[in-house]
Amino acid sequence: MANVIRRQTPAAKLWRGVLYAVLVIAALFYVLPLVVMLMTSIKPLSEISAGTLLSLPQNPTLAPWTKAWGEACTGMRCEGVGGYFWNSFAIVIPAVLISTAVGALNGYALTKWRFKGFELVFALMLFGCFIPFQVVLLPMAQTLGWLGLSSSRAGLILVHVVFGIAFTTLFFRNFYVGIPNELVSAAKLDGAGFFRIFWRILLPVSAPIIVVSVIWQFTHIWNDFLFGVAFSAHDTQPVTVALNNLVNTSTGVREYNVDMAAAMIAALPTLVVYVLAGKYFVRGLTAGSVKG
Amino acid sequence: MAALEIHNVRKEFGSERVLKDVSISIDSGEFLILVGPSGCGKSTLMNAIAGLEPVTSGNIYIDGEDVTWRTPAERDIAMVFQSYALYPSMTVRQNISFGLEMRKVPKAEREAAVERVADLLQISHLLERKPAQLSGGQRQRVAMGRALAREPKVYLFDEPLSNLDAKLRVDMRTEIKKLHQRLGTTIVYVTHDQVEAMTLADCIAVMRDGHILQLGSPDEVYNNPVDMFVAGFMGSPSMNFIRATLEADGDGYALRIATPDEADLLLPWPAARHTAELVEQLDKPVILGLRPEHFSEEDVRLSEQAEGTLLEAKVSVVEPTGADILLRLPLGEQEITARVGPKCEVSPGERLALRVDMSRAVLFDAETEQRLA
Repeated sequence: MANVIRRQTPAAKLWRGVLYAVLVIAALFYVLPLVVMLMTSIKPLSEISAGTLLSLPQNPTLAPWTKAWGEACTGMRCEGVGGYFWNSFAIVIPAVLISTAVGALNGYALTKWRFKGFELVFALMLFGCFIPFQVVLLPMAQTLGWLGLSSSRAGLILVHVVFGIAFTTLFFRNFYVGIPNELVSAAKLDGAGFFRIFWRILLPVSAPIIVVSVIWQFTHIWNDFLFGVAFSAHDTQPVTVALNNLVNTSTGVREYNVDMAAAMIAALPTLVVYVLAGKYFVRGLTAGSVKG
Repeated sequence: MAALEIHNVRKEFGSERVLKDVSISIDSGEFLILVGPSGCGKSTLMNAIAGLEPVTSGNIYIDGEDVTWRTPAERDIAMVFQSYALYPSMTVRQNISFGLEMRKVPKAEREAAVERVADLLQISHLLERKPAQLSGGQRQRVAMGRALAREPKVYLFDEPLSNLDAKLRVDMRTEIKKLHQRLGTTIVYVTHDQVEAMTLADCIAVMRDGHILQLGSPDEVYNNPVDMFVAGFMGSPSMNFIRATLEADGDGYALRIATPDEADLLLPWPAARHTAELVEQLDKPVILGLRPEHFSEEDVRLSEQAEGTLLEAKVSVVEPTGADILLRLPLGEQEITARVGPKCEVSPGERLALRVDMSRAVLFDAETEQRLA
């Protein structure tokens, strides 16, 4: 930083140099897997078998991408991961919206309309954040069966919403705790009710925490594999499950370039979301702590 | 009919009793101030009137109607909060008209109301701004505007001036007084600032530990306090409390103030203020209450006609405030404050003759701290 006062001695400069070198090496170390994936995904198969992991592609091609999208075999079918990509969106979007909306209402009720036992309710919801997915697989399967939602997209959405509410409630509760109760008192005196106060007073100032909740939920639900593989039928599988099937389906030669392209496709939405809104994510997470 | 009547209200949070049997009644157009130190229950009482906190027992009547179990919206009151509580996402215009909108007032009337209060409070040029773009004083005005737009039966002000700087606070205080004189609204106003209480109120309720100690006009509360707490709380600098003994002195009484190193001081108690109860206090320790302005420097030219008792003491500190001078000097075992004119030329260490206006002195029981005379 230019606006930091420090001594400009040779030793200090050397120390700074070392510091930056370590940071650059660490950054490269983290970005390397992505670079290797990207390079492998645009190499023809011949180059992969001939060259090394880090050699640059000589004849870049998009063929592995198109194959991964529309032709690669995932188990018995050979339609690529494209269809499952849209499946994932069909699951993720409603699940993110519903869990964020419910979390916002929960957080609002837990902070601004305190009822007897609200602390216990909040503690129990918090507990939900620490339940491992594996523990609930069997009871959840049973519940979905009772509800008649087994292997359906709605069932998978329900599972993600139920699991997500613990986190979204925590986010919104911590955000709304920092918003003065007097705002709600003033609105009550003005004659507004529960939903009106939420909609007109709280929601318009909630943008930072909505961004946090959406990014968090989006990445988690998009990247979920376990629930996807356990609770979906063949035609409702999310892209993560399809990717696994694609990689595990062997038809003679292992097509690393297609595998990598499919993996890139599966990872792309979360990357895009993070690049576009990551700034707001960090800002939103720290908003409550700095500025009450 | 009373505009607001609070009848035996109690409020308990678990085992903690915050309001202990509070009863107040004010007429329409009256300006009531609840004053007291932090934690005395004044804000809780305010919230109870607003309907933001249910009371444990007792009743609250507004315009003769029992509103104890009505929601804040059904009570027809407006409140100005200490933090202003302006809706951050709305413009000033929307902030002011929100309450009207919630009460389904037609748009044209809402607009008219906004214009009316904006004119009244001189905030017309701010109507399109968001609260974040306003200064503290402007926010304060908007908060008042929001309350005034609805023309409710009772206005509640919860320490509305405590977030303003000293100069602005004095200006806004005057402004609130003018508004009250002009609009004749019924106001309940919470503050811990006794100057605000004295200057604004028609009626002051001094609170402590969930009780109302004294309810009366500013003059009554200031000059006729019921106990040492009220006497000490109202007035700045605070009243001087001097340990003394009540003695018979000829036909009347006198107060003996033991003074270390010097002869005891004897202050005669004015004959006009003798009461029957004083007899029981004879030769018992009492507390003499004298406000700083009950002292005045001895003026040689007037000394023949001047009322009051003369005493002499060595000045320890001189604090000029501009308008007058505050002197700290020992009297008996304690140090007292006297307020003298700005012309008084005295330096620390000098001895000064002071006149005491005993006719305005008050007397308290040394043990119970209750008023004796």
